[in-house]
Formats: sequence, C-alpha cells, structure tokens
Amino acid sequence: MNSIDAAYARGRRRALLYTAAWLMAATGLSACDRSPTPAFRGIDVTGAPYGRELQLTDQFGQRRTLADFRGQVVMLYFGFVQCPDVCPTSLARAVEVMQRLGPDADRVQLLFVTVDPERDTPALLREYLARFHPRFLGLTGTPDEIAAAAREFKVYYAKVPTGSSYTMDHSAQTYLIDPQGRLRVVLKHEQSAEDYAHDVAALLRESASGG
Amino acid sequence: MKTWTRLTAAAATALVASALVASAVWSQTVTVEEPWVRGTVAQQKATGAFMRLKADQPVRLVAAASPVAGVVEIHEMAMDNNVMKMRQIPGLDLPAGKTVELKPGGYHVMLMDLKQPVSAGQTVPLTLVFETADKRRIEQQVQASVRALGASSSMPPSSQSGHHGHDHGHRH
Repeated sequence: MNSIDAAYARGRRRALLYTAAWLMAATGLSACDRSPTPAFRGIDVTGAPYGRELQLTDQFGQRRTLADFRGQVVMLYFGFVQCPDVCPTSLARAVEVMQRLGPDADRVQLLFVTVDPERDTPALLREYLARFHPRFLGLTGTPDEIAAAAREFKVYYAKVPTGSSYTMDHSAQTYLIDPQGRLRVVLKHEQSAEDYAHDVAALLRESASGG
Repeated sequence: MKTWTRLTAAAATALVASALVASAVWSQTVTVEEPWVRGTVAQQKATGAFMRLKADQPVRLVAAASPVAGVVEIHEMAMDNNVMKMRQIPGLDLPAGKTVELKPGGYHVMLMDLKQPVSAGQTVPLTLVFETADKRRIEQQVQASVRALGASSSMPPSSQSGHHGHDHGHRH
C-alpha cells in the first residue's frame, strides 16, 4: 500500500468515525429531549401551562395537594357519585388498570374529584370508592375549591335539572400526572384499560430510568 | 258420541292453547335480554338499568317504573367534545326485529330517588311501558339482576371473576 492510499484510507476511517460520533450525539440528544417511549396512546400534554396544582380534601378529611403524590403516577378524574354511566365505567376501568399493572400499581394513585360536592359528602365518597378499590381517593371541597380545581385542569362541569332532581354534565377525560408532579397525558373516556395501563406504565418506566 | 266428546274436548283445548299463545305473543312483543342494574351504596340516590330490547313490531319505550325508585326516566348519554352529557329523552324507538341496546355509553333507564340501596345479587322489578304505532300501551314486567357497583361495564357478570384482563376493553 503506498502512502497516498494509506492517507486516503485514514481519511475515510476518520470520516466514518465523525459520522458515527455525530449519529450518536444526535440520538443521544433526542433521547434527552424526548421520553424513551414517546408514543403515548393518550394525548401528550407535556409542558402544558395548566394542571399544576390541586388543593382539596380527601374522603377521610385530610387536606391534599399534588405534592402528596410525588413518586407516584396520578390518574385524575372529575365526576360524581349519582352518575349511572361514565363515572362507574371510569372507576371500573381504573381498577382494571391497577390489576394489569400488578405490583407497579403500588406506585399509582387514583384521584376522583367530585363536581357535585352538594350531594357527594365525604361519607358517601368513602363508601362509594371502597366498592372499587381500597386505595382510591375521593377529593371534595367548597364549591369555590372545586371550581378552582376544575379551572386549573380545564375541566367543564354544569348542573342540569332533570325531573325533580339534577344531573351533572362534566368533562370525562382522565389526566396522568408523572412521579415528578407534572401533567403529562390526557386519556379519553372511550379509550380502553389497556391504553390507560400502557401510558401509566410508560410514565413509571420513564421515572425508573431517570427520565 | 264418545269420539265427538273427545274431539270437542280436543278442539276446546286447542282453542284455549291458541288463545294462550296469542296472549303470550301479545304481551311478549318485546324481548328483553340481560336486564341489569348497577349496585349502589347507602345515600346514593340514583343508578342506571341496562338491557337489550328487541321488538317484533315497531314500538317505542315511553316510560318505566320500579318500586325501588321514586322517579324513573329514560336517558341518553352522549359525549360532546369529551364532555359527558346525560339527558332525559321522551322515548326510545325500537324498530321491528332490531336489537336496541341500553348500555353504558348510550341509553339507560335512570332510577332516581332510590328508596334503599340495591346490592349485587338482588333483583329489581322494572315495568317497561311501550307504545305501539297505533298508540296502544303495553306494559312489560322485567326482573333486573343487580351487578356490583365496581363491576366492569363491558363484561357480563359470568366472566367477571377470575379474569386477568387481556381480551376486552375494546368496545364494538
């Protein structure tokens, strides 16, 4: 091999090394920018300028804020007890999510915020939620506190008369908050327990691998 | 003579039988399958009843009643831009031969002003009132079984126990 050929070969090797280094840097960068499993089945709302705090009282009388649930993935849902359809369906699905996650379910907390504090007393929330899961928490507060929580999470609710009684219209999506307390994913009511479990597991994995 | 008597008796029996069949058909205009009510806890004043209805003649479900509830209404649930809206409807049309499902995510019979909680394993009597095209009203008695409050809506009760979850969750 003459010296010109040798120089050419060295140059090619160097070019290949640069390319490889650049590729590694690029993929390394993207791994930092984005979660290792970027595909949530819900809507990725990472960085959303809302859903940052919550100040309510649970069904046992304890004041709660989102900071109480650091280290856990929170599934947050707004609903009401006298709701025959979407609320028990959502809660039953949350139970199934817990079952699908197995031991990881210990790091998941469901929060059910009532939009009907008038009828959903702490005693009723205690009895109702216990029928679904012993660790599910029901959150209530003064009408102003509920309104503030709903505003913070862009949740709509309204009282609608029916016959001699009333029902509530309300947003039926579920929010996922990551173990650092950041709002990350919005899942629709129509999505399956499998979709919910997938996204919860992704957030748990991400926090286990250092985010 | 004897033969004649026997024939008459047979004819009478046949007549009675056909009358019974006719009345059975008359009252069985609507087939009700798997009626169920979601269980409640104390202080919970409302719940839903679900079922599959199939009419052999076109009729309309116009009302319902139950001894366990002070007020019973026919409701439709609709999702509007992720907002759940539940409304009373004046009636639910049952086209001839077509199964209409009352299920979570759609229609239900809303039981309100409950007189006592209903628990899994109990049976709730329901009276369904149908109206025919010529405005005749037909009442039908239904015994709805109560499913646990926490039971998944997408599964029949038989498959709820010992289920490890992998083949459902997808609505059809």
